[in-house]
Amino acid sequence: MIQVQNIRKSFAEGDSTREVLHGITADFFDGKTNLIIGQSGSGKTVLVKNIVGLFMPDEGHILYDGRDITVMDRRQLKDLRKEIGMLFQGSALFDSETVMGNVMFPLKMFSTLSHSEQMDRAQFCIDRVNLTGSEKKYPSELSGGMQKRAAIARAIALNPKYLFCDEPNSGLDPKTSIVIDELLSDITHEYGITTIINTHDMNSVMGIGENIVFINKGHVGWIGTKDEVYDQDNDDLNNFVYATDLFRDVRKYRLVHGYKK
Amino acid sequence: MVITRSLESFGNYCMFLWRVFGVPEKWREFFKRYMSEIYKLGIDSIPLIVIVSLFIGALCTILIKLNINNPLLPRYAVGLSTREIILLEFSSSILCLILSGKIGSNIASEIGTMRVTEQIDAIDIMGINSANFLVMPKILGLITILPFLVVICMATSLFGGYLICVLTSIVDVDTYIYGIQTMFIEWYVWFALIKSLFFAFVISSISAYYGYTVQGGSVEVGKASTDAVVMSNIMILLVDVILTKVMLQ
Repeated sequence: MIQVQNIRKSFAEGDSTREVLHGITADFFDGKTNLIIGQSGSGKTVLVKNIVGLFMPDEGHILYDGRDITVMDRRQLKDLRKEIGMLFQGSALFDSETVMGNVMFPLKMFSTLSHSEQMDRAQFCIDRVNLTGSEKKYPSELSGGMQKRAAIARAIALNPKYLFCDEPNSGLDPKTSIVIDELLSDITHEYGITTIINTHDMNSVMGIGENIVFINKGHVGWIGTKDEVYDQDNDDLNNFVYATDLFRDVRKYRLVHGYKK
Repeated sequence: MVITRSLESFGNYCMFLWRVFGVPEKWREFFKRYMSEIYKLGIDSIPLIVIVSLFIGALCTILIKLNINNPLLPRYAVGLSTREIILLEFSSSILCLILSGKIGSNIASEIGTMRVTEQIDAIDIMGINSANFLVMPKILGLITILPFLVVICMATSLFGGYLICVLTSIVDVDTYIYGIQTMFIEWYVWFALIKSLFFAFVISSISAYYGYTVQGGSVEVGKASTDAVVMSNIMILLVDVILTKVMLQ
Protein backbone atom coordinates (compact mmCIF):
# COMPACT_ATOMS: atom_id res chain seq x y z
CA MET A 1 0.00 0.00 0.00
CA ILE A 2 1.16 3.52 -0.72
CA GLN A 3 0.13 6.20 1.75
CA VAL A 4 0.41 9.87 0.88
CA GLN A 5 0.28 12.08 3.96
CA ASN A 6 -0.25 15.83 3.80
CA ILE A 7 1.92 16.47 0.73
CA ARG A 8 2.71 20.07 -0.16
CA LYS A 9 4.70 21.12 -3.20
CA SER A 10 5.56 24.59 -4.49
CA PHE A 11 7.41 25.80 -7.56
CA ALA A 12 9.34 29.02 -8.10
CA GLU A 13 7.58 31.45 -10.39
CA GLY A 14 9.81 34.43 -10.98
CA ASP A 15 10.57 35.92 -7.57
CA SER A 16 7.61 34.25 -5.86
CA THR A 17 6.49 30.65 -5.37
CA ARG A 18 3.27 28.96 -6.34
CA GLU A 19 1.92 26.08 -4.29
CA VAL A 20 0.56 23.34 -6.55
CA LEU A 21 -0.27 20.70 -3.95
CA HIS A 22 -1.95 21.96 -0.79
CA GLY A 23 -1.70 19.09 1.66
CA ILE A 24 -2.75 15.94 -0.21
CA THR A 25 -3.61 12.87 1.86
CA ALA A 26 -4.69 9.60 0.24
CA ASP A 27 -4.17 5.83 0.38
CA PHE A 28 -3.52 3.59 -2.64
CA PHE A 29 -4.24 -0.10 -2.16
CA ASP A 30 -2.50 -3.33 -3.19
CA GLY A 31 -4.02 -5.31 -6.03
CA LYS A 32 -6.33 -2.46 -6.99
CA THR A 33 -6.37 0.02 -9.83
CA ASN A 34 -6.09 3.33 -7.99
CA LEU A 35 -7.01 6.30 -10.14
CA ILE A 36 -5.98 9.90 -9.64
CA ILE A 37 -8.41 12.03 -11.59
CA GLY A 38 -8.91 15.73 -12.07
CA GLN A 39 -8.87 18.49 -14.65
CA SER A 40 -5.73 19.46 -16.52
CA GLY A 41 -3.60 21.67 -14.28
CA SER A 42 -5.14 20.35 -11.07
CA GLY A 43 -1.81 18.90 -9.87
CA LYS A 44 -2.23 15.20 -10.78
CA THR A 45 1.08 14.82 -12.59
CA VAL A 46 2.96 16.76 -9.89
CA LEU A 47 1.41 14.43 -7.30
CA VAL A 48 2.47 11.31 -9.21
CA LYS A 49 5.99 12.69 -9.73
CA ASN A 50 6.18 13.33 -5.99
CA ILE A 51 5.02 9.82 -5.21
CA VAL A 52 7.61 8.20 -7.50
CA GLY A 53 10.34 10.49 -6.20
CA LEU A 54 11.04 12.49 -9.36
CA PHE A 55 10.11 15.53 -7.23
CA MET A 56 10.60 15.79 -3.50
CA PRO A 57 7.66 17.25 -1.56
CA ASP A 58 8.20 20.42 0.49
CA GLU A 59 6.20 18.87 3.34
CA GLY A 60 4.53 15.58 4.15
CA HIS A 61 5.36 11.89 3.88
CA ILE A 62 4.98 9.19 1.25
CA LEU A 63 5.01 5.65 2.60
CA TYR A 64 5.61 2.58 0.44
CA ASP A 65 4.42 -0.24 2.69
CA GLY A 66 5.65 1.81 5.64
CA ARG A 67 8.92 2.95 4.01
CA ASP A 68 9.04 6.74 3.88
CA ILE A 69 10.47 7.90 0.54
CA THR A 70 10.95 11.47 1.82
CA VAL A 71 13.63 10.45 4.32
CA MET A 72 15.41 7.85 2.20
CA ASP A 73 19.04 8.30 1.21
CA ARG A 74 20.13 7.82 -2.39
CA ARG A 75 20.89 4.10 -1.96
CA GLN A 76 17.52 3.34 -0.33
CA LEU A 77 15.71 5.34 -3.02
CA LYS A 78 17.58 3.44 -5.70
CA ASP A 79 16.59 0.09 -4.15
CA LEU A 80 12.96 1.18 -3.90
CA ARG A 81 12.91 2.25 -7.53
CA LYS A 82 13.72 -1.29 -8.58
CA GLU A 83 10.26 -2.17 -7.22
CA ILE A 84 8.60 0.53 -9.33
CA GLY A 85 7.42 0.35 -12.93
CA MET A 86 6.18 3.40 -14.75
CA LEU A 87 4.23 3.98 -17.91
CA PHE A 88 4.74 7.50 -19.21
CA GLN A 89 2.25 9.62 -21.11
CA GLY A 90 4.30 9.46 -24.31
CA SER A 91 5.43 5.86 -23.63
CA ALA A 92 9.08 7.01 -23.29
CA LEU A 93 10.42 4.01 -25.18
CA PHE A 94 14.08 4.24 -26.16
CA ASP A 95 14.11 5.19 -29.84
CA SER A 96 17.38 3.43 -30.54
CA GLU A 97 16.18 0.09 -29.17
CA THR A 98 13.71 -2.45 -30.56
CA VAL A 99 10.71 -3.57 -28.54
CA MET A 100 12.79 -6.50 -27.29
CA GLY A 101 15.68 -4.14 -26.46
CA ASN A 102 13.36 -1.86 -24.51
CA VAL A 103 11.86 -4.70 -22.48
CA MET A 104 15.30 -6.24 -21.93
CA PHE A 105 16.74 -2.94 -20.68
CA PRO A 106 15.70 -3.14 -16.99
CA LEU A 107 16.56 -6.85 -16.97
CA LYS A 108 20.07 -6.19 -18.33
CA MET A 109 20.64 -3.44 -15.79
CA PHE A 110 19.30 -5.10 -12.66
CA SER A 111 18.49 -8.78 -12.93
CA THR A 112 20.90 -11.57 -12.13
CA LEU A 113 19.35 -13.81 -14.77
CA SER A 114 21.43 -15.28 -17.57
CA HIS A 115 21.02 -13.80 -21.05
CA SER A 116 18.72 -16.59 -22.22
CA GLU A 117 16.61 -16.27 -19.06
CA GLN A 118 16.38 -12.53 -19.63
CA MET A 119 15.25 -13.18 -23.20
CA ASP A 120 12.61 -15.61 -21.94
CA ARG A 121 11.34 -13.13 -19.37
CA ALA A 122 11.23 -10.30 -21.94
CA GLN A 123 9.40 -12.57 -24.40
CA PHE A 124 6.91 -13.51 -21.66
CA CYS A 125 6.20 -9.81 -20.97
CA ILE A 126 5.84 -9.05 -24.68
CA ASP A 127 3.44 -11.97 -25.10
CA ARG A 128 1.52 -10.86 -22.00
CA VAL A 129 0.75 -7.48 -23.57
CA ASN A 130 -0.14 -9.14 -26.89
CA LEU A 131 2.78 -7.75 -28.84
CA THR A 132 4.05 -11.10 -30.09
CA GLY A 133 5.66 -10.64 -33.48
CA SER A 134 6.73 -7.04 -32.85
CA GLU A 135 9.90 -7.89 -30.94
CA LYS A 136 12.22 -6.60 -33.64
CA LYS A 137 10.30 -3.42 -34.43
CA TYR A 138 11.50 0.00 -33.37
CA PRO A 139 9.16 2.38 -31.49
CA SER A 140 8.78 4.55 -34.61
CA GLU A 141 7.31 1.52 -36.42
CA LEU A 142 4.60 0.99 -33.80
CA SER A 143 1.16 2.55 -33.44
CA GLY A 144 0.36 4.60 -30.31
CA GLY A 145 -1.45 1.67 -28.68
CA MET A 146 1.39 -0.73 -29.46
CA GLN A 147 3.90 1.72 -28.00
CA LYS A 148 1.84 1.87 -24.82
CA ARG A 149 1.76 -1.92 -24.64
CA ALA A 150 5.51 -2.13 -25.20
CA ALA A 151 5.99 0.40 -22.40
CA ILE A 152 3.76 -1.70 -20.12
CA ALA A 153 5.85 -4.77 -20.97
CA ARG A 154 9.01 -2.85 -20.02
CA ALA A 155 7.36 -1.58 -16.82
CA ILE A 156 6.43 -5.10 -15.64
CA ALA A 157 9.69 -6.78 -16.73
CA LEU A 158 11.17 -6.70 -13.23
CA ASN A 159 7.94 -7.81 -11.53
CA PRO A 160 7.31 -4.43 -9.89
CA LYS A 161 5.34 -4.10 -6.67
CA TYR A 162 4.14 -0.64 -7.68
CA LEU A 163 3.03 0.44 -11.15
CA PHE A 164 2.46 4.09 -12.10
CA CYS A 165 0.74 5.20 -15.28
CA ASP A 166 0.65 8.81 -16.38
CA GLU A 167 -2.27 9.41 -18.74
CA PRO A 168 -2.08 5.93 -20.30
CA ASN A 169 -4.87 6.70 -22.77
CA SER A 170 -3.72 10.04 -24.07
CA GLY A 171 -3.66 10.11 -27.86
CA LEU A 172 -5.46 6.77 -28.19
CA ASP A 173 -8.83 6.02 -29.77
CA PRO A 174 -11.59 4.87 -27.37
CA LYS A 175 -11.34 1.21 -28.40
CA THR A 176 -7.56 1.05 -27.90
CA SER A 177 -7.99 2.94 -24.63
CA ILE A 178 -10.26 0.20 -23.35
CA VAL A 179 -7.70 -2.43 -24.38
CA ILE A 180 -4.97 -0.59 -22.43
CA ASP A 181 -7.26 -0.08 -19.41
CA GLU A 182 -8.21 -3.76 -19.33
CA LEU A 183 -4.59 -4.78 -19.71
CA LEU A 184 -3.56 -2.58 -16.77
CA SER A 185 -6.45 -3.86 -14.68
CA ASP A 186 -5.67 -7.51 -15.51
CA ILE A 187 -1.98 -7.11 -14.71
CA THR A 188 -2.82 -5.38 -11.43
CA HIS A 189 -5.08 -8.20 -10.28
CA GLU A 190 -2.88 -10.97 -11.67
CA TYR A 191 0.28 -9.86 -9.87
CA GLY A 192 -1.25 -8.00 -6.91
CA ILE A 193 0.50 -4.77 -7.89
CA THR A 194 -0.33 -1.40 -6.36
CA THR A 195 -1.27 0.45 -9.53
CA ILE A 196 -1.75 4.22 -9.63
CA ILE A 197 -3.17 5.64 -12.83
CA ASN A 198 -3.23 9.35 -13.46
CA THR A 199 -6.02 10.12 -15.91
CA HIS A 200 -8.82 12.47 -16.87
CA ASP A 201 -10.50 9.91 -19.10
CA MET A 202 -13.95 9.24 -17.66
CA ASN A 203 -14.22 5.97 -19.59
CA SER A 204 -11.23 4.70 -17.62
CA VAL A 205 -12.74 5.95 -14.38
CA MET A 206 -15.97 4.08 -14.98
CA GLY A 207 -14.22 1.04 -16.40
CA ILE A 208 -11.43 0.26 -13.95
CA GLY A 209 -11.67 2.79 -11.07
CA GLU A 210 -11.56 0.67 -7.93
CA ASN A 211 -10.19 3.47 -5.76
CA ILE A 212 -10.58 6.98 -7.14
CA VAL A 213 -8.88 10.08 -5.77
CA PHE A 214 -10.25 13.30 -7.27
CA ILE A 215 -7.76 16.17 -7.19
CA ASN A 216 -9.18 19.66 -7.49
CA LYS A 217 -6.92 22.72 -7.55
CA GLY A 218 -4.24 20.93 -5.55
CA HIS A 219 -6.62 19.56 -2.89
CA VAL A 220 -8.21 16.16 -2.50
CA GLY A 221 -11.77 16.86 -3.67
CA TRP A 222 -13.26 13.41 -3.22
CA ILE A 223 -12.28 9.76 -2.65
CA GLY A 224 -14.44 6.77 -3.57
CA THR A 225 -15.05 3.98 -6.05
CA LYS A 226 -16.48 4.00 -9.58
CA ASP A 227 -19.83 2.85 -8.23
CA GLU A 228 -20.00 5.81 -5.86
CA VAL A 229 -19.16 8.44 -8.48
CA TYR A 230 -22.75 8.77 -9.75
CA ASP A 231 -24.31 9.07 -6.33
CA GLN A 232 -22.19 11.73 -4.70
CA ASP A 233 -23.04 15.41 -4.30
CA ASN A 234 -19.60 16.98 -4.71
CA ASP A 235 -20.12 19.95 -7.07
CA ASP A 236 -16.53 20.06 -8.32
CA LEU A 237 -16.52 16.33 -9.06
CA ASN A 238 -19.90 16.58 -10.75
CA ASN A 239 -18.62 19.41 -12.94
CA PHE A 240 -15.72 17.17 -13.91
CA VAL A 241 -17.65 13.92 -14.36
CA TYR A 242 -20.61 15.43 -16.20
CA ALA A 243 -18.61 17.63 -18.51
CA THR A 244 -19.53 15.49 -21.52
CA ASP A 245 -22.98 14.92 -23.05
CA LEU A 246 -22.54 11.17 -22.70
CA PHE A 247 -22.22 11.22 -18.94
CA ARG A 248 -24.93 13.90 -18.57
CA ASP A 249 -27.24 11.53 -20.45
CA VAL A 250 -26.24 8.66 -18.22
CA ARG A 251 -27.01 10.75 -15.16
CA LYS A 252 -30.38 11.83 -16.60
CA TYR A 253 -31.22 8.20 -17.30
CA ARG A 254 -30.30 7.20 -13.79
CA LEU A 255 -32.39 10.00 -12.29
CA VAL A 256 -35.42 9.20 -14.46
CA HIS A 257 -35.23 5.48 -13.86
CA GLY A 258 -34.14 5.80 -10.26
CA TYR A 259 -31.27 3.43 -10.91
CA LYS A 260 -29.20 2.52 -7.90
CA LYS A 261 -26.37 0.05 -7.72
CA MET B 1 22.00 39.83 -13.50
CA VAL B 2 24.06 38.34 -16.34
CA ILE B 3 26.87 37.50 -13.92
CA THR B 4 24.44 35.87 -11.48
CA ARG B 5 22.90 33.81 -14.27
CA SER B 6 26.31 32.79 -15.61
CA LEU B 7 27.47 31.74 -12.16
CA GLU B 8 24.24 29.79 -11.65
CA SER B 9 24.72 28.02 -15.00
CA PHE B 10 28.33 27.22 -14.16
CA GLY B 11 27.26 25.84 -10.77
CA ASN B 12 24.60 23.69 -12.43
CA TYR B 13 27.17 22.50 -14.98
CA CYS B 14 29.55 21.47 -12.15
CA MET B 15 26.75 19.62 -10.34
CA PHE B 16 25.84 17.92 -13.60
CA LEU B 17 29.45 16.77 -14.02
CA TRP B 18 29.41 15.49 -10.44
CA ARG B 19 26.47 13.25 -11.39
CA VAL B 20 28.08 12.20 -14.66
CA PHE B 21 31.32 10.94 -13.14
CA GLY B 22 29.86 8.35 -10.81
CA VAL B 23 30.40 4.61 -10.83
CA PRO B 24 28.41 2.99 -13.67
CA GLU B 25 25.50 0.79 -12.67
CA LYS B 26 26.81 -2.07 -14.80
CA TRP B 27 30.33 -1.96 -16.27
CA ARG B 28 29.40 -4.28 -19.10
CA GLU B 29 26.66 -1.95 -20.29
CA PHE B 30 28.97 1.01 -19.84
CA PHE B 31 31.66 -0.52 -22.09
CA LYS B 32 29.07 -1.41 -24.70
CA ARG B 33 27.86 2.18 -24.80
CA TYR B 34 31.43 3.49 -24.65
CA MET B 35 32.42 1.49 -27.75
CA SER B 36 29.23 2.49 -29.51
CA GLU B 37 29.93 6.20 -28.79
CA ILE B 38 33.50 5.87 -30.07
CA TYR B 39 32.05 4.55 -33.30
CA LYS B 40 29.18 7.04 -33.50
CA LEU B 41 31.09 10.18 -32.51
CA GLY B 42 34.51 9.30 -33.88
CA ILE B 43 34.56 6.74 -36.66
CA ASP B 44 31.47 8.25 -38.28
CA SER B 45 33.27 11.63 -38.40
CA ILE B 46 36.26 10.34 -40.39
CA PRO B 47 34.78 11.02 -43.87
CA LEU B 48 34.05 14.64 -42.89
CA ILE B 49 37.53 15.05 -41.41
CA VAL B 50 39.23 13.59 -44.50
CA ILE B 51 37.31 15.83 -46.90
CA VAL B 52 37.79 19.01 -44.86
CA SER B 53 41.46 18.27 -44.17
CA LEU B 54 42.29 17.57 -47.81
CA PHE B 55 40.83 20.90 -48.89
CA ILE B 56 42.32 22.89 -46.03
CA GLY B 57 45.77 21.37 -46.60
CA ALA B 58 45.57 22.25 -50.29
CA LEU B 59 44.27 25.76 -49.52
CA CYS B 60 47.04 26.43 -47.00
CA THR B 61 49.65 25.42 -49.55
CA ILE B 62 48.16 27.62 -52.29
CA LEU B 63 47.69 30.67 -50.04
CA ILE B 64 51.13 30.44 -48.48
CA LYS B 65 52.73 30.08 -51.91
CA LEU B 66 50.79 33.16 -53.14
CA ASN B 67 51.83 35.21 -50.11
CA ILE B 68 55.49 34.22 -49.95
CA ASN B 69 57.01 36.00 -52.88
CA ASN B 70 60.14 37.25 -51.17
CA PRO B 71 63.14 35.82 -53.07
CA LEU B 72 65.10 35.73 -49.81
CA LEU B 73 62.76 33.10 -48.38
CA PRO B 74 63.60 29.53 -49.34
CA ARG B 75 61.04 27.71 -51.52
CA TYR B 76 60.64 24.99 -48.91
CA ALA B 77 59.06 27.64 -46.61
CA VAL B 78 55.71 26.78 -48.22
CA GLY B 79 55.81 23.18 -46.93
CA LEU B 80 57.24 24.25 -43.60
CA SER B 81 54.58 26.94 -43.00
CA THR B 82 51.79 24.62 -44.10
CA ARG B 83 53.01 21.99 -41.63
CA GLU B 84 53.24 24.46 -38.74
CA ILE B 85 49.75 25.86 -39.35
CA ILE B 86 48.32 22.37 -39.56
CA LEU B 87 50.09 21.03 -36.48
CA LEU B 88 49.60 24.06 -34.27
CA GLU B 89 46.07 25.19 -35.05
CA PHE B 90 44.17 23.45 -37.78
CA SER B 91 44.48 19.80 -36.74
CA SER B 92 43.28 20.46 -33.22
CA SER B 93 41.50 23.80 -32.73
CA ILE B 94 39.91 24.39 -36.13
CA LEU B 95 39.07 20.72 -36.52
CA CYS B 96 37.35 20.74 -33.12
CA LEU B 97 35.41 23.88 -34.04
CA ILE B 98 34.16 22.01 -37.10
CA LEU B 99 33.48 18.84 -35.12
CA SER B 100 31.62 20.72 -32.40
CA GLY B 101 29.04 21.54 -35.08
CA LYS B 102 28.61 17.89 -35.97
CA ILE B 103 29.21 16.10 -32.68
CA GLY B 104 28.01 18.85 -30.32
CA SER B 105 24.65 19.29 -32.03
CA ASN B 106 24.29 15.51 -32.27
CA ILE B 107 24.84 15.04 -28.53
CA ALA B 108 22.66 17.98 -27.48
CA SER B 109 19.76 17.05 -29.73
CA GLU B 110 19.92 13.33 -28.87
CA ILE B 111 19.90 13.91 -25.12
CA GLY B 112 17.50 16.85 -25.40
CA THR B 113 14.99 14.71 -27.30
CA MET B 114 15.33 12.00 -24.68
CA ARG B 115 14.61 14.62 -22.03
CA VAL B 116 11.46 16.06 -23.64
CA THR B 117 10.08 12.61 -24.50
CA GLU B 118 10.55 11.51 -20.86
CA GLN B 119 13.09 8.79 -21.78
CA ILE B 120 15.49 10.25 -19.21
CA ASP B 121 12.74 10.22 -16.56
CA ALA B 122 12.15 6.56 -17.47
CA ILE B 123 15.82 5.79 -16.78
CA ASP B 124 15.74 7.72 -13.49
CA ILE B 125 12.58 5.92 -12.39
CA MET B 126 14.38 2.60 -12.79
CA GLY B 127 16.94 3.80 -10.24
CA ILE B 128 19.69 4.42 -12.79
CA ASN B 129 21.80 7.59 -12.70
CA SER B 130 20.73 8.85 -16.13
CA ALA B 131 23.50 11.49 -16.39
CA ASN B 132 26.12 8.85 -15.73
CA PHE B 133 24.49 6.25 -17.96
CA LEU B 134 23.99 8.53 -20.96
CA VAL B 135 26.77 11.09 -20.77
CA MET B 136 29.89 9.44 -19.34
CA PRO B 137 30.31 7.04 -22.30
CA LYS B 138 30.03 10.03 -24.66
CA ILE B 139 32.64 12.12 -22.83
CA LEU B 140 35.11 9.26 -22.39
CA GLY B 141 34.43 7.98 -25.91
CA LEU B 142 35.19 11.34 -27.50
CA ILE B 143 38.28 11.87 -25.33
CA THR B 144 39.52 8.45 -26.48
CA ILE B 145 38.90 8.88 -30.20
CA LEU B 146 39.59 12.57 -30.82
CA PRO B 147 43.42 12.33 -30.65
CA PHE B 148 43.27 9.67 -33.39
CA LEU B 149 41.08 11.96 -35.47
CA VAL B 150 43.62 14.72 -34.98
CA VAL B 151 46.40 12.46 -36.28
CA ILE B 152 44.23 11.56 -39.29
CA CYS B 153 43.60 15.26 -39.85
CA MET B 154 47.34 16.07 -39.72
CA ALA B 155 48.22 13.36 -42.22
CA THR B 156 45.36 14.13 -44.58
CA SER B 157 45.99 17.89 -44.54
CA LEU B 158 49.65 17.41 -45.40
CA PHE B 159 48.58 14.99 -48.10
CA GLY B 160 46.18 17.66 -49.41
CA GLY B 161 49.10 20.02 -49.77
CA TYR B 162 51.10 17.30 -51.50
CA LEU B 163 48.22 16.60 -53.92
CA ILE B 164 47.91 20.24 -54.94
CA CYS B 165 51.66 20.31 -55.59
CA VAL B 166 51.38 17.19 -57.76
CA LEU B 167 48.31 18.38 -59.61
CA THR B 168 49.24 22.03 -60.21
CA SER B 169 53.02 22.18 -59.80
CA ILE B 170 52.49 25.29 -57.67
CA VAL B 171 55.52 24.11 -55.69
CA ASP B 172 57.97 21.44 -56.65
CA VAL B 173 56.86 18.19 -54.93
CA ASP B 174 60.33 17.40 -53.58
CA THR B 175 60.63 20.92 -52.18
CA TYR B 176 57.24 20.59 -50.49
CA ILE B 177 58.21 17.23 -48.97
CA TYR B 178 61.53 18.71 -47.83
CA GLY B 179 59.61 21.66 -46.33
CA ILE B 180 57.23 19.56 -44.28
CA GLN B 181 60.17 17.55 -42.88
CA THR B 182 62.59 20.34 -42.12
CA MET B 183 62.97 21.90 -38.64
CA PHE B 184 60.33 19.50 -37.31
CA ILE B 185 59.45 20.04 -33.65
CA GLU B 186 57.90 16.89 -32.25
CA TRP B 187 56.40 18.77 -29.29
CA TYR B 188 53.93 20.45 -31.67
CA VAL B 189 52.35 17.10 -32.38
CA TRP B 190 52.03 16.37 -28.67
CA PHE B 191 50.72 19.89 -28.14
CA ALA B 192 47.92 19.26 -30.67
CA LEU B 193 47.09 15.89 -29.13
CA ILE B 194 46.96 17.29 -25.60
CA LYS B 195 44.76 20.17 -26.74
CA SER B 196 42.39 17.70 -28.41
CA LEU B 197 41.81 15.94 -25.07
CA PHE B 198 40.62 19.21 -23.54
CA PHE B 199 38.52 20.05 -26.57
CA ALA B 200 36.90 16.61 -26.54
CA PHE B 201 35.85 17.17 -22.93
CA VAL B 202 34.58 20.68 -23.71
CA ILE B 203 32.50 19.61 -26.73
CA SER B 204 30.96 16.51 -25.16
CA SER B 205 30.29 17.82 -21.66
CA ILE B 206 28.87 21.21 -22.68
CA SER B 207 26.66 19.72 -25.39
CA ALA B 208 25.44 17.01 -23.04
CA TYR B 209 24.68 19.61 -20.36
CA TYR B 210 22.59 21.71 -22.75
CA GLY B 211 20.71 18.64 -23.92
CA TYR B 212 20.19 17.21 -20.45
CA THR B 213 18.78 20.42 -18.99
CA VAL B 214 16.45 21.31 -21.86
CA GLN B 215 12.84 22.01 -20.91
CA GLY B 216 9.91 22.21 -23.29
CA GLY B 217 9.55 20.68 -26.73
CA SER B 218 11.18 20.40 -30.13
CA VAL B 219 11.77 24.16 -30.44
CA GLU B 220 13.72 24.18 -27.19
CA VAL B 221 15.72 21.12 -28.28
CA GLY B 222 16.74 22.97 -31.45
CA LYS B 223 17.69 26.04 -29.42
CA ALA B 224 19.66 23.93 -26.94
CA SER B 225 21.49 22.31 -29.82
CA THR B 226 22.46 25.70 -31.26
CA ASP B 227 23.43 27.08 -27.84
CA ALA B 228 25.55 23.99 -27.22
CA VAL B 229 27.53 24.52 -30.42
CA VAL B 230 27.98 28.25 -29.79
CA MET B 231 29.11 27.74 -26.19
CA SER B 232 31.39 24.85 -27.15
CA ASN B 233 33.05 27.02 -29.82
CA ILE B 234 33.59 29.90 -27.40
CA MET B 235 35.04 27.56 -24.77
CA ILE B 236 37.28 25.81 -27.33
CA LEU B 237 38.79 29.17 -28.31
CA LEU B 238 39.19 30.21 -24.67
CA VAL B 239 40.86 26.92 -23.75
CA ASP B 240 43.00 27.19 -26.89
CA VAL B 241 44.33 30.59 -25.84
CA ILE B 242 45.07 29.38 -22.31
CA LEU B 243 46.78 26.15 -23.43
CA THR B 244 48.83 27.89 -26.11
CA LYS B 245 50.03 30.44 -23.58
CA VAL B 246 50.81 27.78 -20.98
CA MET B 247 52.33 25.10 -23.22
CA LEU B 248 54.17 27.05 -25.89
CA GLN B 249 55.64 29.95 -23.95
